[in-house]
Amino acid sequence: MIGLSHYLILSGLLFAIGLVGILRRKNLLMLFFATEVMLNAANVAFAATSHYYGDLTGQMFAFFIIAIAASEVAIGLGLLIVLYKKTGTLDLDNLATMKG
Amino acid sequence: MEKYLYIALFAPLASSLFAALFGMSPKKMFVGVIASILLGISFLASVVLALYVNQTGEGIHVTMMEWIGAGDLLVPFGFLVDQVSVTMMVVVTLVSTVVHIYSIGYMDHDKSFNRFFSYLSAFVFSMLVLVMSDNFAGLFIGWEGVGVCSWLLIGFWYHKPDVSVEENPSISPSWAANEAFIVNRIADLGMLVGIFILFWNTGSLQYDVVFAQIPHLSEAVLVAAATALFIGAMGKSAQFPLHTWLTDAMEGPTPVSALIHAATMVTAGVFLVIRANPIFMVTPDVSYFIAALGTFVAFFAASMALVNRDLKRIIAYSTLSQLGYMFAAAGLGAYWIALFHLAAHAFFKALLFLGAGNVMHAMHDELDIFKMGGLKKSMRWTYIYMGVASLALAGIPPLAGFFSKDAIIETAFNEGRLILWAILVLTAGMTAFYSFRQVFLTFEGDRRYEEFGIHPHEMYKFVLIAMAPLAILAVIAGFFQSAFHSFITQLLPNYEMSAHTHHLVWILGAIVLAFAVGGIALAWIKYSKGLKRSEKVENGFLYKLLKNQYYIPKFYADFISKPYAMISELLWKSVDMKIVDATVDGIARLLYNGGDSARKMQTGNLSNNLNWMGVGLVSLLLVATITALIG
Repeated sequence: MIGLSHYLILSGLLFAIGLVGILRRKNLLMLFFATEVMLNAANVAFAATSHYYGDLTGQMFAFFIIAIAASEVAIGLGLLIVLYKKTGTLDLDNLATMKG
Repeated sequence: MEKYLYIALFAPLASSLFAALFGMSPKKMFVGVIASILLGISFLASVVLALYVNQTGEGIHVTMMEWIGAGDLLVPFGFLVDQVSVTMMVVVTLVSTVVHIYSIGYMDHDKSFNRFFSYLSAFVFSMLVLVMSDNFAGLFIGWEGVGVCSWLLIGFWYHKPDVSVEENPSISPSWAANEAFIVNRIADLGMLVGIFILFWNTGSLQYDVVFAQIPHLSEAVLVAAATALFIGAMGKSAQFPLHTWLTDAMEGPTPVSALIHAATMVTAGVFLVIRANPIFMVTPDVSYFIAALGTFVAFFAASMALVNRDLKRIIAYSTLSQLGYMFAAAGLGAYWIALFHLAAHAFFKALLFLGAGNVMHAMHDELDIFKMGGLKKSMRWTYIYMGVASLALAGIPPLAGFFSKDAIIETAFNEGRLILWAILVLTAGMTAFYSFRQVFLTFEGDRRYEEFGIHPHEMYKFVLIAMAPLAILAVIAGFFQSAFHSFITQLLPNYEMSAHTHHLVWILGAIVLAFAVGGIALAWIKYSKGLKRSEKVENGFLYKLLKNQYYIPKFYADFISKPYAMISELLWKSVDMKIVDATVDGIARLLYNGGDSARKMQTGNLSNNLNWMGVGLVSLLLVATITALIG
């Protein structure tokens, strides 16, 4: 029987994968994917707990997150394309313009 | 009458503030004129008050406002005009009026003309606060006020550079000003301690309250208070061993020397002893010490004046010597005689200094009397003035100095202090000698100044006229002795000579007179024909000892100033720099270095920043977990 804890472990694993991706990847596009993974980890946790408690608020929240993630991707990707056109690269090591 | 009191007190303040408005602007004649007029008004008001006090026989006591109220301490701004303070007021305002008018002429070419009048009037105001205050706190405020003004005025020509001690014993005006200020701080500590002792034991600073409590105080307290107060007086009146500043103070402009360092401020110490006479009367040991020290200083200062070549320094030594006489009288219980000598001395000594100022003006600031001589042709009036003042100083009848000084010497005899009496008589002879040595070397004999290409000229006429009141008073002040006696003894304890002394008064007077005339005659024989210098005498031990002021300035420099400077330097370099500064600098350096190393985090690399964010997240989680586990 698959219970709440399995979903939460899955969500934790997904979140950890996303976090490692954010911390270790150098390509900005990959960072984006990693954030998407983390957002969806949250969605899984929301949906699972919502189902567990029989309360729809969590699932509603998951929909919100999906909507926000979609709009974020729309804007973010647009920005990435502009950035790529401007600098010719998406490698973070080459984009250190804020060095103090 | 209160009106006159406030006029007398605040006219000099108004004058000072008015002159201060023009302090930074070039010379404006009206500043000097208005200052002199305001001082004249103050003088007239003082005279009105004096007449009132004389008529009614009682003082005026006003309380302007409450000043300090803290716990048990209640100090009002109160002013007291009684026989003693009104005498001082008249003397102070008269001499300052003359000096103000004189300064218009003397400071004629000085670019800081207006500033000078501001300081001078501020001095007069402080002096009046000092003498008129009805409590020790007000006295102390005035005491410090005159100290500050004295500092400002000695160092009036602060731009002059320091020179070696051989060239000028007082190094520079700013050096002399600082010396005067610092020496006075030492003495003021004594005075403050005295005031604290009195407050601690009587709970008040008002003169009348304190003096009324005296019978209930123990002897030890009284002796301590009297001693501490007298230490304060010693500093202001430049008594040994705090005397060195007075001769160095001659670096100031001559009107300042006449007003502050001869006639008024330096007599504040004598005034304090007279004012606090109920304390000194019940402490005979302290009083006797005062008399003995005064006598010693009278002789000691006169001996240094014998060989000095500096016109103003000779007069400064004679001031010191005469202050010694005043302390001798006050210490022997003859307070009214001390005050009488104070007043008479103020007139002739101010006159003498102003005369010296005329000579300086004529000689283009040359002060060496060995380079003068034969000035009587070109400066007849100055000669007369200085001659009269010197006769008065020497104590030749019927001039003022004769009556007052003779009374002091008689007092010493009357008290049976024959050693003091003998020293004072001998000093009278020395006084006559050095005053006339100076007068003759300056005005008689050959014209030694000619080889220096100086063309002396007499002072402006209005200055000479302004000096006339002092000259007249130097001549006639002595005639008022009995009137002054009956006036002042309404307040001060009476002092009469015993029948035995009264019997001998003619012989005693004749002895003093013989010494004085002898001194003058000796000066005439030695110096009237011109300057004859003897190598043998000048290289002798005694001459050198006197010329170097008994090596006291050198002793102070070598054994006090230099060790002090060495300790200061040691503390500066080891304690201040290595401990205090190092601590402060260390904290700053820690923060700076911390910032500098933390700066490496700011690579601008998003990946790095996100890593740091991860670190932060993990540490926050850790902290939260740990607190949750502990809590």
